[in-house]
Amino acid sequence: MLDVGRHPNIELLAYSEVEKVEGVAGDFSVTVRRKARYVEEDKCTGCGACAEKCPTVVSDAFNEGLGNRRAIYSYFAQGIPSTHTIDADHCRQLNGKKCGICAKTCQAEAINFDQKDRIVELNVGGIIIAAGYDVFDPSLIPEYRYQEIPNVVTAIEFERLLSASGPTGGHMDRPSDRAVEAEIEELEKKANKSLKILSKLEKKFDEPSDQFYEKYQAGAYKDDEDRKKWADKYAAHLTVAMPLEELKQKAEGFTVAKRLAFIQCVGSRDFRFYPFCSGYCCMHSIKEAIIAHEHEPETTSTIFGMDIRAVGKGFEEYKIRGGNNSNITYMRGRVAEITEGPDNNPVVIYEDTRERKVKRQEFDMVVLATACAPIKGIADLAKTLGVELDKYNFLKTSSLSPVDTTTPGIFVCGCAESPMDVPESVAQASSAAARAAEIAFQSELEKEKAVA
Amino acid sequence: MPEKNEDIRIGVFLCHCGSNIAGYLNMEELEEFSNKLPHVTFVQRNLYTCSEGGINEIKKGIKEQNLNRVVVASCTPRTHEPLFRSSCGEAGLNPYLFEMVNIRDQCSWVHMKEQEDGTNKAKDLIRMGAAKAALLEPQESIISEVQVRALVIGGGIAGMTSSLALANRGYEVVLVERKETLGGMLNNLNKLGPTMKEASELVEEKTRAVNGHSNITAFTNANVIEVQGFIGKYKVDIETKSGIKKIDIGVIIVATGGRAFVPKGLYNYDGKRVVTQLEMEKILKDGLDPDIKNVVMIQCVGSRNQERPYCSRICCQTAVKNAMLIREQNPDAKVSILYRDMQMYGVENEEMFRDSKAKGVRYINYDPANPPVVAPDKVNVYHALLGRDMDLPADMVVLSTPVVSQEDAEATSRLLRVPVDENGFFLEGHVKLKPLDFATDGVFLCGSAHFPANIREAIAQGLGAASRASIPLSKGSVVVEPIISVLANEDACRGCGLCVALCPYGALEIQKTEKGRKVHVIDVACKGCGVCAATCYQHALSINSFTDQQIKAQLEAFLD
Repeated sequence: MLDVGRHPNIELLAYSEVEKVEGVAGDFSVTVRRKARYVEEDKCTGCGACAEKCPTVVSDAFNEGLGNRRAIYSYFAQGIPSTHTIDADHCRQLNGKKCGICAKTCQAEAINFDQKDRIVELNVGGIIIAAGYDVFDPSLIPEYRYQEIPNVVTAIEFERLLSASGPTGGHMDRPSDRAVEAEIEELEKKANKSLKILSKLEKKFDEPSDQFYEKYQAGAYKDDEDRKKWADKYAAHLTVAMPLEELKQKAEGFTVAKRLAFIQCVGSRDFRFYPFCSGYCCMHSIKEAIIAHEHEPETTSTIFGMDIRAVGKGFEEYKIRGGNNSNITYMRGRVAEITEGPDNNPVVIYEDTRERKVKRQEFDMVVLATACAPIKGIADLAKTLGVELDKYNFLKTSSLSPVDTTTPGIFVCGCAESPMDVPESVAQASSAAARAAEIAFQSELEKEKAVA
Repeated sequence: MPEKNEDIRIGVFLCHCGSNIAGYLNMEELEEFSNKLPHVTFVQRNLYTCSEGGINEIKKGIKEQNLNRVVVASCTPRTHEPLFRSSCGEAGLNPYLFEMVNIRDQCSWVHMKEQEDGTNKAKDLIRMGAAKAALLEPQESIISEVQVRALVIGGGIAGMTSSLALANRGYEVVLVERKETLGGMLNNLNKLGPTMKEASELVEEKTRAVNGHSNITAFTNANVIEVQGFIGKYKVDIETKSGIKKIDIGVIIVATGGRAFVPKGLYNYDGKRVVTQLEMEKILKDGLDPDIKNVVMIQCVGSRNQERPYCSRICCQTAVKNAMLIREQNPDAKVSILYRDMQMYGVENEEMFRDSKAKGVRYINYDPANPPVVAPDKVNVYHALLGRDMDLPADMVVLSTPVVSQEDAEATSRLLRVPVDENGFFLEGHVKLKPLDFATDGVFLCGSAHFPANIREAIAQGLGAASRASIPLSKGSVVVEPIISVLANEDACRGCGLCVALCPYGALEIQKTEKGRKVHVIDVACKGCGVCAATCYQHALSINSFTDQQIKAQLEAFLD
């Protein structure tokens, strides 16, 4: 990313969309909409002072909604460019309210609430599509109860939980436990507020609230209006303090998730959704299980899969190492259902195909290895570019021209073409660059010939 | 302390990084501290040293304060060192008289909650940076011309694809194939999955394109026997039918492919009734005997075991393809594939897998602890999912054996001074980020020489390696940062060659000189990693800008 950001031959148009493409290989005219960030790119230093002061809290898409960001933000800490962006849907100023705190904070004077979308016209020889993929939405699979059971998460969500810069600082805190902790925090705020009021009253009447309340309930101070208010306040406090105490006791027993299940082919190799194999998910689960074990040596993981497809260089060895050193068990079979047991523990119901028995097993957390879905909006982009998609909405190529789309001069690489892992994406990116350079060179040659 | 008479004048620029640093460290204290350091004649704090204003302050300092060393205490050199260096250069100071101290990542960010300790650590780092800066010496970038000609070793699909991609961009290519004809493994294949195109057609198309291309010189029946030099300046000897050709080469692509493992002694392999998938390709090409009614295929023969732990990636696809072709030629034939995991990754493969089931190919999961047994007319297998033994009648047994590395892969690796892995496949520069490069600049990699690849993958990698190789060719020269190894004390070098053996980049060689055997640094190939200097027990080698004296000065400053 950094190399791209710094390369003198690369003009980076982030936060932009291609609107129109005309012309032929070697001579395309491309119209790009640079969406308004409300922040001047050439002034913003990416220092983040604005985001610190912004009062509007928004769910953080980068952390899969597991954490929060502000209405002015950079997508993630190391993002390139580091230019911040105002989320126009949530910004108070842009929605007619009084604010503008970011503009006051920014020493670089980069905030510009009047910024408009800009249209950029480009003339290029070749086009490479590297639009990536989307994570399949597992709530479409009713039997896995992704939305209903809090401790069933996707592989990408688990990735954020494992990340030292993620919402849990790299601890495998269970979503159900995090929800309880958030509730405790919320109730504590309320309890502290009412305690402040109560302590004033206690001072005034020189008596602890609980003692007074006991007497009050026994019938004392019947006509004392002031004391009645005190009693009401205390009763209201108890409705917060008692559940708070209960939750705190419950939270004392919380530990990080140590018994993990990984479920393969969630949405892939499934005729209801995507019949293809997403290719990278087996290795992704193995990697997550190994890292989870590095974080917490007591972790045990079970990976449920029909086939464990460890087909790349060093992959089979890695898989075996995971089994030997990282407490990973590979269970052959497809998981039928996930239910919820005691303590918010997900229960996996599956057939052990080697023992030919249906089994139930309880875990602390279940990770769904979701399919590589074609990216949203790819149909529109394909239409704009005039290239064909395959029946799943990946860019159509042929095995003998693996990075050529159906339109000359337009190439594709990475998961926009089909599911693939990092090394294959990197290699394919170079392939697409080679083809694009070839087209550019050939068209220059043609032009020279025409002139001669 | 500096031995030269030069009057050392260090300027220290302390960056606030907005609030990133100043929010957590006591900047006034750092300023006061820096002012007292030896040789420091100027200290300035900037809101952002990297902003235009900050850069101008550095330039102003160099000009007006006569600074001859600059220290910036800010963020990471990874992002900002090039900017600060070039700014020094623009103000007339040699860019290598600049030193960077990271007080953001290493102090304010990691010690947000320990502000006093964080500030003290920043003082240590600044003191060390200034001590080193005092000893810095000017360096000049090294520029070396590149011979605009590529050598591609191996004329299979990956090598031919690479050659054509480079040639189509106007670069001269020398393609060397040791067999009589181009095509490599493709020459032994029947039809290619999933398109079922004839392999011979593809070979013919590509061969015609290669032979007809004015930019490509293809040598068949030829071997690369000697490679001297480094990126941009290789001297290559090629043994051909008409004698040895000596050719100057700029970059090299390794596309030497792999070969099929021969399962001698496994599953009664005889090459007749029990054959490999590769032999099956030929049988299918010639036409399958119509009397063959029962075929059993066994996966993972010679792979995913103790001796050869890797999965060879392409054998499942090959088996599925051939199973379907058998059913096509002999529609009554029963074909069973005995497998451990069906490795039909991706969109096309899984589709073919599904197709094959619809076309009647049967799949039986076996347990490697209880492998199938091949008898004269049948195969006995323990069906791991049904939990019982089965006898499958078998007129023919096809063994799916892995692609293994070329027998001479190690020799090639020595010739080119690039590594192979434990399985004999060439080892790329970085498993994830540099799949087609070697750690050594100027040499690139594609196809099954790297790891078993199918046609689609070999073509993609062939194009990709060409793309990587075209970078030095299109620039015409390589510019190398001068922070490299130098033979600082020639007399001390005994020519033992320990450093040569350990250099990961092939950047050292032993030369015979008047003073005897001495090491020579190929500066263009050196990355300045320092392994050689750390290894040399004679302290003959030294790394520019990381000399023993400079590091010693830093350590002493730290211990002060």
